[in-house]
Amino acid sequence: MMRQSIWPTPERPPLVPGRFRGDTHRGDRVFSWITAASASIVILTVLAMTGQMLASSWLSLETFHWSFITSLEWNPVTEQFGALPFIFGTIVSSTVALALAVPVSFGVALFLSELAPEWLRNPFGFLVELLAAVPSVVYGLWGIFALAPLMRETVEPALRASLGFLPLFSGPNQGYGMLTASVVLAIMITPTIASVSREVLRAVPRAYREAALGLGATQWEAIRTGVFPVARSGLVGAVVLGLGRALGETMAVTMLIGNRADISASLFAPGYTMASVIANEFTEATEDLYLSALAEIGLLLFIITVLLNIFARFLVWRVGRQGGA
Amino acid sequence: MNIRSHFTYRKAVDRIVRGLCLLAALLALVPLFSVLYYVTARGLGGISFEFFTELPTPVGEEHGGVANAITGTLTLVGLACLFGIPPGVLAGVYLSQFGHTRLGKIVRFSADVMSGVPSVTIGIFVYSLLVVRTKQFSAYAGGLALAVIMLPTVTRTTEELLKLVPEALREAALGLGVPQWRTTLSVMLRTAAPGVATGIMLAVARVAGETAPLLFTSFSNRFWPGGLDEPTASLPVQIYTYAVSPYEDWHSQAWAAALVLVALVLTLNVAARVLVRHRVR
Repeated sequence: MMRQSIWPTPERPPLVPGRFRGDTHRGDRVFSWITAASASIVILTVLAMTGQMLASSWLSLETFHWSFITSLEWNPVTEQFGALPFIFGTIVSSTVALALAVPVSFGVALFLSELAPEWLRNPFGFLVELLAAVPSVVYGLWGIFALAPLMRETVEPALRASLGFLPLFSGPNQGYGMLTASVVLAIMITPTIASVSREVLRAVPRAYREAALGLGATQWEAIRTGVFPVARSGLVGAVVLGLGRALGETMAVTMLIGNRADISASLFAPGYTMASVIANEFTEATEDLYLSALAEIGLLLFIITVLLNIFARFLVWRVGRQGGA
Repeated sequence: MNIRSHFTYRKAVDRIVRGLCLLAALLALVPLFSVLYYVTARGLGGISFEFFTELPTPVGEEHGGVANAITGTLTLVGLACLFGIPPGVLAGVYLSQFGHTRLGKIVRFSADVMSGVPSVTIGIFVYSLLVVRTKQFSAYAGGLALAVIMLPTVTRTTEELLKLVPEALREAALGLGVPQWRTTLSVMLRTAAPGVATGIMLAVARVAGETAPLLFTSFSNRFWPGGLDEPTASLPVQIYTYAVSPYEDWHSQAWAAALVLVALVLTLNVAARVLVRHRVR
């Protein structure tokens, strides 16, 4: 996570309104044009991205319409492209990752904002940030040689022994599959959820905690009754931001999920996600329709993550305003 | 339940929750230390002089290196900085001055939207935009993809840090008759420089490890590229190729390359951290 506050600093009022654009100094005018042009680059990039993604997907959009997201068949030879197995894989892996990451992340956030001694907060927060700094491909490498064997030999047999009656934890396990990919995803989104939640918790005014503590509440009770109700929407926002990251995460998942376009009830079974099918097949695809189908998967990812991000920012921003941060 | 035992119960719950939070915090760091341990333990063995100076060798041949991938990553990150930092910083300046205008709001919204786009999608975008047109994978395309990833971070960081510069500094400069553009560049941006540099270093650290967008923009290359318009090797892509291969000696090369990459990324992060602390004091 970039160490950037999630709430914008309040707007700086212009000294003399309009002065910057005024005709007093030619340098000012030129400079304001240059900065405005640079700012427009940001907008143009987003527009170009939207346009280009639509254009690249057009052939596939026209050919398959809605069946693209409802069909199970992905066959480059017969040029039948249905993305449902990938959509399924993305949803399942992200959901499992969230289930694993959310409790831990909230624990980390509470620890960092409420419980840890003052001197420990910054160094510890830095270590959590480093967790986000490790490149995805390194997590993938570590996953192949450290995590997958551990999952295959210890975790998955234990799960099967205790919860094997559920279809989720049955079937052959090779260490590569939905569950292993979800664990790595969980590790990768924990810093995102934790650091946003921490900021959200910090934005809740001290007085709320003090009021609860003054009434004789324990620290946990103060958090539960004084902090959570105010922070709730922001915490949801943090989770949604984490989800957005999980959906688009590519390399580590590609290296661990097994890359098979099947829909299976078991989490031990290999799967495939939207991002990893793009990573795996995009350079191999030579037919126009094939490329276009992959681009359409990219377009879907683009739309979903953008919507999730806007929603999450709105939720987090609401707490910032309420809490007066 | 009488009052006393209820109180004991409440205290117990409090203690359990606090214990769980501590446990969660420790648990979250286990992967970090495990990754660092594995990368160091398995990577050190593969590090040698040749590793930094030689080209990759085919399977079975000894003494291969990843020299082209190291310079490739430096090239790509350099191009990304070239394409991404100037417009990013200037757009940040614009936002800090005109953030309240309609254009300002749209720019800020666009930057926020962009920062959430998966990097693999950005790869497709640059592929369709550049690689298809030039009919060639190139360092330019890779650099552009990384620049697109950097742009929103650089913009928003610059904006936030410029807004933190005390208003009095600006007033003082303007009061001396300094034109507004000089004030912005020599006073505001200068004061915010360490913070902006930190933001840029973190953005660089992030893109240095990006793999997915490079797969279809700069691609990979077993040899030295003949120029910036040719396919270019990079550390992350090299790690990926080696990691998913079935060969033992490629695996050890992957670990060594990962060690180099992680060292680079962590150094940038720690340096950024030190820079900020320095500024606060």
